[in-house]
Amino acid sequence: MAAQRALNTGLSALGFILAGVLAAAAGQYGPGVSDTEIKIGNTMPYSGPGSGYSSIGKSLTAYFAMINDQGGINGRKINFISRDDSYSPPKTVEQVRKLVEEDQVLLLFQSLGTPTNIAIRGYLNDNKVPQLFVGSGADQWNDPAHYPWTIGWQPSYGTEARIFARYVLKNLPNATIAVLYQNDDFGKDYLKGMRAGLGDKANKMVVATKSYETTDPTVDSQIVALQGSGANVLLTAAIPKFTTLAIRKVYDIGWHPTQFLNSVSTSVGSVMKPAGAEKGVGILSAAYTKDPTDPQWQNTPEYKDWLSWMKKYNTSGNVADAFAVYGYSTAQTLVAVLKACGDNLTRENVMREAVQIHDLKLPMLLPGITISTGADDYAPIKQMKLQKFDGRTWKVFGDIVSGSGG
Amino acid sequence: MHQFLQQIFSGLASGAIYASVALALVMIYRATDLVNFAQGEMAMFSTYIAWTLMNAGLPFWLAFLITLVVSFVGGMLIERVLIRPVENAPVLAAVVVTIGLLLIFNSVAGWIYTYTVQDFPSPFPDRPVFGALMTTQDLGVIAVTLVMLVLLFAFFRFTSTGLAMRAAAQNPESARLCGIPVGRMLAIGWGLAAAIGATAGIMVAPVLFLDPNMMGGVLIYAFAGALLGGITSPVGAVAGGLIVGVTENLVGTYLIASQLKLTVAFALIILVLVFRPNGLFGTAIVRRV
Amino acid sequence: MMDKSATFIAPETLAGDRYAGLTAGAWQWIAALIAIALVAALPFGLSKYHVFELTMVMIYAIAVLGLNILTGYNGQISLGHGGFFAAGAYTAAILMHRYGVPYWATLPPAALICFVLGVLFGLPALRFEGPYLALVTLAMALATPQLLKYFDTWTGGQQGINLAKPVPPAGLGIDRDRWLYLVVLVALLIAMRVAANMLHGRTGRAFVAIRDHPIAAAAMGINTARYKTLAFGTSTLFTGAAGALAAIVIGYVSPESYSIFLSVSFLVGSAVGGIATIGGAIVGGLFIQFVPNLANDVSDAAPWAIYGLAMLLFMYLMPRGVVGSLGPWINRALQRIMPHQTAFDDGAKE
Repeated sequence: MAAQRALNTGLSALGFILAGVLAAAAGQYGPGVSDTEIKIGNTMPYSGPGSGYSSIGKSLTAYFAMINDQGGINGRKINFISRDDSYSPPKTVEQVRKLVEEDQVLLLFQSLGTPTNIAIRGYLNDNKVPQLFVGSGADQWNDPAHYPWTIGWQPSYGTEARIFARYVLKNLPNATIAVLYQNDDFGKDYLKGMRAGLGDKANKMVVATKSYETTDPTVDSQIVALQGSGANVLLTAAIPKFTTLAIRKVYDIGWHPTQFLNSVSTSVGSVMKPAGAEKGVGILSAAYTKDPTDPQWQNTPEYKDWLSWMKKYNTSGNVADAFAVYGYSTAQTLVAVLKACGDNLTRENVMREAVQIHDLKLPMLLPGITISTGADDYAPIKQMKLQKFDGRTWKVFGDIVSGSGG
Repeated sequence: MHQFLQQIFSGLASGAIYASVALALVMIYRATDLVNFAQGEMAMFSTYIAWTLMNAGLPFWLAFLITLVVSFVGGMLIERVLIRPVENAPVLAAVVVTIGLLLIFNSVAGWIYTYTVQDFPSPFPDRPVFGALMTTQDLGVIAVTLVMLVLLFAFFRFTSTGLAMRAAAQNPESARLCGIPVGRMLAIGWGLAAAIGATAGIMVAPVLFLDPNMMGGVLIYAFAGALLGGITSPVGAVAGGLIVGVTENLVGTYLIASQLKLTVAFALIILVLVFRPNGLFGTAIVRRV
Repeated sequence: MMDKSATFIAPETLAGDRYAGLTAGAWQWIAALIAIALVAALPFGLSKYHVFELTMVMIYAIAVLGLNILTGYNGQISLGHGGFFAAGAYTAAILMHRYGVPYWATLPPAALICFVLGVLFGLPALRFEGPYLALVTLAMALATPQLLKYFDTWTGGQQGINLAKPVPPAGLGIDRDRWLYLVVLVALLIAMRVAANMLHGRTGRAFVAIRDHPIAAAAMGINTARYKTLAFGTSTLFTGAAGALAAIVIGYVSPESYSIFLSVSFLVGSAVGGIATIGGAIVGGLFIQFVPNLANDVSDAAPWAIYGLAMLLFMYLMPRGVVGSLGPWINRALQRIMPHQTAFDDGAKE
C-alpha cells in the first residue's frame, strides 16, 4: 500500500515536472491568462451562516488590489473573481463550474470551508484545475496520491490537536481532559486529533466531551456539564464567539482547568478582551500567525506594513480581525507562486510551482515559521508555536513544534 | 444535584433571552395575525443602532431610550410601507415578505457593521449570585423580561388601545365599523413589537455578543417557546421561552447523544403540543361553520 | 386564504367545439408537444454550465411542485421540505455508494421512502394548523442536519458522500450534462402529468375542499384525515425524488447542503411561482436558481439584501405568484381566439 502510494505520488510529481519542462520551453498560457491579466477564481460565504468568514474574501480582494496598483505580477494584473456560495456545497459546485467553464479562470484559490471544498475537489481534479491553498484546516488536503491538484495551506486542526496532546502527555501526565467542540468537521477534527495524539491513553484521559451547534445562543450548559466531569484540562475547539462565551463561563463558575484554545480563536481584541482579560490568564494555545491586536507586534515594521495596507486597501475590514491577517498571508503565498511561474502560466506549471515552495517567509507569520511544500508534502505550514496568555498578550514559549503530517 | 440545579438556572437565564423575543413575536401575532420571521433581525439591527450611539459617546440609558423610539417608529413605518401592500393578499405573501425582511436586515447589518463580533456594555453588574448558579446579569435579563410581560399584559387587558388592537386583529371589518382605525392599530402593533425586540436585543447582546448572526438561533427557540406557550398569550410566551431554555439545557446535559440536543428538545416540545395543540396557555380557536 | 387552482393546460372544454378544424384537446396536445420539443432541444444550443443550471431549475421545480401540492392545494404549511429533499438525496446516495445501485434505479426507492416518511409525518401533523404546523415542520428541517451528522456510519457524517458521476448511454453520443438534463426533463414532465391528473380529479378536489372549508368537507363525507395525510405523502414523494435527482446531478451530499435555508427557499419559490399552481413550480425553480446569483452580481457586499428585495417586489406586484396572478390575464387573451376556453382554471372567485 505504502509503496503503491509512493509510486503514485512519484508518478504525479514526475508528470508535473515533465509537463513543466515541456511548457517552459514556450511561454505558455493556460485558461484565463493573457499578456495583461491572470484570472483567479474563489468561492466564499458572503451570506448565510458562514458569513463570519466573509472578511477573508474581502482581504484577498484588497490584497490583490494592492498588488495590481504596484504593477501586478510580472506585468499582469490579477482579476480576482470571488463568488458567494452561502457555505452550501451545491452552490459551491455551481459557482466553481461557472468560474471554470464560463469565466475560464486559471485556478481556484482559497475557497472556504470543508464540505464545500470536498464537493468540488473531484470536479477540479478531473479537469486538472489547481485547487490551491484551500481555506480549511481539515486533514485531507494533504493527499497528493489521490488528489494531486488540491493543496491546503494552514496547519490542520488535527495537527494542532496532536500538538496539544503531546504537551499534555509531557507536562500534565495526570490530566483528565474535557472537550467542548463545534459539531462539525472543524470541531470534530480537534477531538479526533486530540485522541489520536494521546494514543492508547485517550480513553482514560478524555473523560467528557460536549458539542454545540452554531445556532446555540450560549455554551453555558455544556461548560457546566463539563465541569461536572471533574476534568482538570479543557480543550475548547470553537469559533471565536463561542470561545469567548466559554472562557467567561468557565471563570464565572469557579472552574480552573488548564485550558487550551484552538488557534482560530485566540485574538486578543476579539476573544480575550471581550471575555474579560483577567479571565484568560494562563490559557494555552498554539499559533502560526501574528495576532494584530497583540501589543508585542505593534511596533514592528511588518505589522506597520499590514496596517497601512488595511487602511488603504481593506477599508471595510477591522484592524482587530485575525482573518485579515490570514487573508493577507494566503494571498502573499499565491503571489509568490505566480511570480515563480514567470511567463509560463499554465495550470500544470502553477501546480508544479505550488508544490516546490522552499522556506517561504511571510511577514505576518510568527518568526521562525516558514512555508514549504514538496511532491509528497502538500502541507505548506506544518509548524506552530505554543503560547500562553498573560492577561495582556500571548507569550510564545518553547520551540517550534510540528504535528505529524497527514 | 448541584449539576442539575446549575443546569436549571442556566436554562432559566438562556430561557429569558428566548422569552423576551417570544414576547415580540406574540405582540405582532396578536396585533396582525402574522408571525414575523424578521423579528430577530430587527432586534439585532436595533441593537446595532444602540451600539453606534454608545460608541458616539452617549450614556447607556440615553442610547437605549433613543433606540426604543427609533425602533418604534421604524416598526410602524415597516408596517405601513412594507406590510400594508400584502395585508389583503394571501397569508403566504406576507410570510414571504417577512422572510425577505429577515434577509435584508441581516445582510445590511453585515455590510454596515461587518461580521466581527463586538462587545456590548451591560447595564447590570456582572456578579455571581445564588452561589454562582447565576449572575446578576442573568437576573437582570429575567427582570426586564418580566417587566415587559407585565406591561404588555396590562396593555392588552386594561387599556382601550389594547382592546382596539385585539379587535382590529381578530375582525378588521367589524372593528372598522366600530370606528377603530384599523390601519393605525396595526402600525402601532408593529411599532410596539419592534420596541420590545429592541429591548430584548439590548439586554441580550452583553450575554451573546453582538454580531449580525446573533439572533438567528435565538429566533428559532423563541418561535418554539412562543408556540409552546400559546402564540396568543404573552404569559405563555415567557413561560414557553423559559421552559424551552431549561429543556434545552437538561437535554444537552443528560442525553447520551448530546449532539442530538436540538432534535430531542424540539421533539419534546412537539410532544407537548400534540396534547395541547394550542400551546400551554393559548386559547383554542373555535370553528363555526 | 390560499390561491385558487391555476394550472397549465386545463381540460375545461365544451365538447365538440372546433377551432380552425381541431378540437381544443388537439390544440392542447400540439402546444404541449411544441413546448416539450423546444425545451428538449435547448441544451444542445447552450454551454454545459447553462445546461447544468437549467437542470437544477427543473429539479427545484419538482421539489416546489411537491410543496405546492401540500401548501397550495391542501393548505398545510411546511417549513420542512428541505428535510425531505435531504431524505431523498441521501437515500439515493447511500444506495449508490454502499450498494452500487445504478443512479436511475435509485429514484423509485427514494420516492417511496419519502412517501412513507411523509405519511408518517403527516399523521401527527393532523393535530396542527397554521403557525403550529409551521413549527413542527421547522423542527424537521432543523433536525435533519443533526441527524445526518449523527448517523455517520450510514451518511458519511460531516464529510458527506461523494458519488460517481453517471455515464450517459454510449450509443447516444451526448455528454453527461445534456444526458442528465434530458433525464430530469422526463422526470419533470412525468411529475407534472401525475400532479395534474391527481389535482384535477377527485383527490385534488378533496384537497381543495379541505383547504377552503374543512368542516363542510367533512360534513360531505370526505375523510379529511386520510386526504391530508395523502397530501403530505405525495408532496414529500415529489420533493424526495427531486432530492435524489439533485444528489445525482451534483455528485455530492453533505449535511451542510440541507440547511433550514433550503426549506425557506422552497417556500419562497412556491409563493413566487404561484402556490396553488403546477406551472408556478417552474417559475419557482427559476427564481430559486437564478435570483440569488443575480443578487450576487448586483451587490457582492450584501447579496442577500438584493435577494430579499426581489422577494418583496414579487410579492407586491404579484401576491398570488406569477402564474397565479398572470393566469387570469392569459385566460382573457385566449378567450379572444378560442371562446369558451381557459388555459388556466379559474375556480371560484373569492
